[in-house]
Amino acid sequence: MTALLGAVLEAFSELRIHKTRVLLALLGVMLSVAALTSVVALGNMASAGMVQSSERMGGRAATLGVSAASAGPDQSAVVAAYAEVVDRYSIEYSSLRVDTFLGIRTPAGRIDTMSLLVEPDYGTMRRMNVVDGRWFTDADTERLAPVLIVNEAFHTLMGSPDITADPGVELLGERNVKAVIVGILANDYSGAQPQAYLLKNQTDRWEVAGVQGAPPTLEAWVPAGLADELTARITADLQAQFGPDVSVYRQDYAAQGDPYGGLTLVIGGVAGLVLLLGAVGLLNISMVTVKYRVREIGIRRSFGATSGRIFFGVMMESVVATSVAGVAGVMLSVAVVSHPRIQPLLAAGATDLPPFPIGAALVGVGSAIAVGALAGLIPALVAVRVKVIDAIRY
Amino acid sequence: MTAPEAVPAAGTAWPPLVSLRQVTRTVRIADSKELHILRGIDLDIHPSDSLSIVGRSGSGKSTLLNLLGLLDLPTEGTLSFRGMDVRALRGDARARLRGGAIGFIFQQFNLLPGRTALENVMTPLLYAEGRQFWKREKLAAAMLDRVGLGDRMRELPSNLSGGEQQRVAIARALVRTPELILADEPTGALDIETGAIVMELLDEVAAESGAALVTITHDANVAVRARSHYRLDAGVLRPEAAAA
Repeated sequence: MTALLGAVLEAFSELRIHKTRVLLALLGVMLSVAALTSVVALGNMASAGMVQSSERMGGRAATLGVSAASAGPDQSAVVAAYAEVVDRYSIEYSSLRVDTFLGIRTPAGRIDTMSLLVEPDYGTMRRMNVVDGRWFTDADTERLAPVLIVNEAFHTLMGSPDITADPGVELLGERNVKAVIVGILANDYSGAQPQAYLLKNQTDRWEVAGVQGAPPTLEAWVPAGLADELTARITADLQAQFGPDVSVYRQDYAAQGDPYGGLTLVIGGVAGLVLLLGAVGLLNISMVTVKYRVREIGIRRSFGATSGRIFFGVMMESVVATSVAGVAGVMLSVAVVSHPRIQPLLAAGATDLPPFPIGAALVGVGSAIAVGALAGLIPALVAVRVKVIDAIRY
Repeated sequence: MTAPEAVPAAGTAWPPLVSLRQVTRTVRIADSKELHILRGIDLDIHPSDSLSIVGRSGSGKSTLLNLLGLLDLPTEGTLSFRGMDVRALRGDARARLRGGAIGFIFQQFNLLPGRTALENVMTPLLYAEGRQFWKREKLAAAMLDRVGLGDRMRELPSNLSGGEQQRVAIARALVRTPELILADEPTGALDIETGAIVMELLDEVAAESGAALVTITHDANVAVRARSHYRLDAGVLRPEAAAA
């Protein structure tokens, strides 16, 4: 107990006495840790942004696209079969999807707008980026008046009405129907075409018929580990009912393995190099320091310091110092990476702006401690080999 | 102090604190040749002894100091401390024994730079246990007071004179109440007058504590203060008559 406390007191005393040297050495470690943490955090955040962007395009891992329908006016048997699949395999998130064009009355006249007829789960599965208003809820399926969610291009086309005033849009068909816009989505890309989302059951109820409508498909978000098995089973189930033209496949970004694995490796490599540079710098300074402190080590040995105590003391100094530098480096990294002006640039495309990754902070502090231990190890071994009387007369 | 056979007994009934019997120290040099630094040393040091060892450079004084301070082991012969065979002790056990029982005073004072006089005197107590560890500041302050530096405790070594620095070093050597004080050219960096004052203080505090004092020196004026006198010549230790 007293030995441990004594070693810690000694380490702090050394750091206090040699504060200029320590500060200079630690500045390098702090910057290395800040760079390492930032690289890891930036990589994680950029990766999260790309993943979220990919999830909007094809769904979260693992999303199965199910198609059993051929074009035709009556798709009720197919829709019923989809519902049965969802029920049979207890799929928590699923959505029908029909790609079509709906006639919309705009200030400039009728426009056939790209439209998707979906169900409320689609928003969660595709991580829809609602910038104003909201996505569909289950309660919307019970509403009498159809509700509409549009992208920014559509909203602009309609004269950018105030979403809180329940702006109406007339859907044109054999019977015109007035729908209310409840949410606005970010454009997927610059120059995106106007696009609208409606609930499938409401379009059925109001007999809103699209033009050039595709047959309904089903999207099902299932556990990645079960994706292959469910693909085979759902295929077999639907083929038994509708023949061989059934298609079930994974459509999410991770279907062919994690496409960001390479990015993670590159980030890890860069982070490792950054850390190595910091470690070599610290080791260099530590070695010089031990040479400089040979006499002091000899004096301490003459007072009864055991070789273990000398070893532990030199290591402790290094670890205590780099731990402090590590925490400072992580704080610097958090301040930079989480800056409101910087973060959106890093996580472009992300709907949920990812927080500073705790993992990156832990990697930073952990690496600082590891660097301290490694950079302290060699000088500590040198220190215990000091010949006492020679050292004192050094 | 006694060197049996070679040196007459000091007339004390106490068992020796340190005992060397036929101790040699040899190192291997180039071409597998051996260099005999110490040869057949016989020496007993009893509690409260006061002895001086003089010798020319290269005579083996430092090596003998290493052995007496448990910093080195003999190549041949027996070295015992409080009756224990030092060779049977592991390195850490020797270090703990050294810390608790031996105090070193060096020619160049060797105060730790950047620490105050008080912090320097507290340093050996960082390696102690129990009361000595927990009360280290109080003990160090009392020791500095004893050597006449009660009013200069917060001074850095660079602000102290040579004599004051050596007094801090004496306080540091004695703060763990050692049984053996090894002084290596303690006045080598001081002028004659200051050296005499420091030696007087050292004799005084050593006598008070009952510690044995071994002084290695070139200075005849310092050597003469001891009660027993030895000369180390080409690795051989011989008693000497007291200088006039």
